[in-house]
Amino acid sequence: MSPLLEVEDLRIAFPTSGATSHPVDGVSFSLSKGELLAVVGESGCGKSLTSLALLRLVPPPGQILPGSAIRLGGTDVLALGDSELRAIRGRRIGMIFQDPMTSLNPVFTVADQISESVRAHQQVSRRAARARALELLQEVGIPDPVERLDNYPHQMSGGMRQRVMIAIALASEPELLIADEPTTALDVTVQAQILELLDGLRARRGMAVLLITHDLGIVAGRADRVAVMYAGRLVEEAPTAALFARPSHPYTKGLLASVPRITGAVTRLTPIAGTVPPPTAWPAGCRFHPRCPAVMPRCATDDPPALPVGPHHQMRCWLAEAGQP
Amino acid sequence: MTGSLWRLLSRTVANPSGRLGLLILAVLTAFVLIGPRLLPDPNAMPDLLAGAVAPGAGHPFGTDQLNRDILSRVVTGGRISLSISALAVALAVLLGALVGGLAGFYGGWLDGALMRLVDGALAIPRLFLLLLLVAVWEQMPLGALVLVLGGTGWFGTSRIVRGEVLRLREAEFVSAARALGAGPGRIIFRHLLPNVAGPLLVAATLGVGDVILLEAGLSFLGVGVRPPTPSWGGMILDARSLLTTAPWASIFPGLAIVVTVLAVNLIGDALRGALDPRSA
Repeated sequence: MSPLLEVEDLRIAFPTSGATSHPVDGVSFSLSKGELLAVVGESGCGKSLTSLALLRLVPPPGQILPGSAIRLGGTDVLALGDSELRAIRGRRIGMIFQDPMTSLNPVFTVADQISESVRAHQQVSRRAARARALELLQEVGIPDPVERLDNYPHQMSGGMRQRVMIAIALASEPELLIADEPTTALDVTVQAQILELLDGLRARRGMAVLLITHDLGIVAGRADRVAVMYAGRLVEEAPTAALFARPSHPYTKGLLASVPRITGAVTRLTPIAGTVPPPTAWPAGCRFHPRCPAVMPRCATDDPPALPVGPHHQMRCWLAEAGQP
Repeated sequence: MTGSLWRLLSRTVANPSGRLGLLILAVLTAFVLIGPRLLPDPNAMPDLLAGAVAPGAGHPFGTDQLNRDILSRVVTGGRISLSISALAVALAVLLGALVGGLAGFYGGWLDGALMRLVDGALAIPRLFLLLLLVAVWEQMPLGALVLVLGGTGWFGTSRIVRGEVLRLREAEFVSAARALGAGPGRIIFRHLLPNVAGPLLVAATLGVGDVILLEAGLSFLGVGVRPPTPSWGGMILDARSLLTTAPWASIFPGLAIVVTVLAVNLIGDALRGALDPRSA
């Protein structure tokens, strides 16, 4: 089956006062219908920018460099004009954001905001749009949906608002839903419910989900594949089970070692030394080498390409070539 | 939007001075709407030789030097003053929201150009700006007066709107609207401006008082509403020679101006209080 979304060599440039920086620098991945891909990385690694680029919403002065390719079911997203782009945004790709406190318009009711999304892409009457809004609220599991329709955002809890955001994104039945840290601002119990909901929706609707997160823990049970991002690049990509069973890139290993575990011997958490360098000061060679515990001399000069580690499992690290990941 | 505006209004009514202002304004509006049907013709001069008659049975507010009924002229003049100011303020709010919205949303050179224009316009006292315009255009019809008053009244409003839009455009609901395929027009008018409705309403209300005074001032200077059409400022102008002999001819239109501006400012203050969540 041909993939729903293909991203090839995505590079985004931001001209700054000194030099031009490339916060996203050569990202490639693909996503099939109904698949859940998680992109995991620390703050500033370029994961949110990558997701915005899929809708061509990179904030100015940033720009997507020529040579990058984004294809959505055969459509070349980078070649579209403004009006065709607006037809893709929301219609074929839905997006939900990190902070449900601010991502709803405070002065409109829930019904208004969902109906707006319904009517933006379908020619239906106000009444039909409202009925559709009610169905969507039921689908995202909001209790008392009839009463909630006329609520304002400030009358709802964070988890409830995130459900409303999801309902708005679902209104036009997108083929792909981008969730940019959808649970970061929520309580742990609510996080699980929202992820459960996303997972259920993908199963029911056959919708692909791109989950952007900094939390490896939340992807474990749900994602089909995980891509680990560091300094503007995907450093390791593997089916979820393989990644957790055999993390190969030193950065992935470091991430996993920083997460507390319930099972096994009680050990100290091992943080990764140092911090992510800013996009203006990315090191030559492998971008992780200054922080890497397994650094080799060539890492400082030669940039590793994506190398195979196992079936559907690849990473950007010279260790893969050495055969001892 | 309707909901938060409704909250704003109900909190305004809950405020005693807001309630008083609304009551006065409602009574005044009722008077100027119904009054002219019941009262004598404001331009009729039943007994020209009698001249200015003191307030009494036939003429509750007295008559002016041409023996015209002052109550009737105040009420008819109020109709003109109130409708001119309402229309002028509506125009000013529209222009202010448009300019402020565009400047705040797009930023950059457009923002710079528009705001420097506003700075320049605000540096000239509004009365001089108006005098300049009406001096160039003699025999200005009422519609043009509305345009001129509205066209010189939006500068402050545009600054308020720009500030709010600047603050709101980074909010995630704007990104969310973009991700849903909304274009710039839809984002400005449908998502951002409704969020500015509160401050805009306050600015508009306080603006009404300004425009009533300006219109009265212009008419007093003889360049606003043309006689014989009655207007409050024009009536005071006509009566100034009678100030010692027939003071009622200027007192009543003056009182009408004071009461109206007071009512509008009471409402404006109450709205401003209602908008500030800390004052609850």
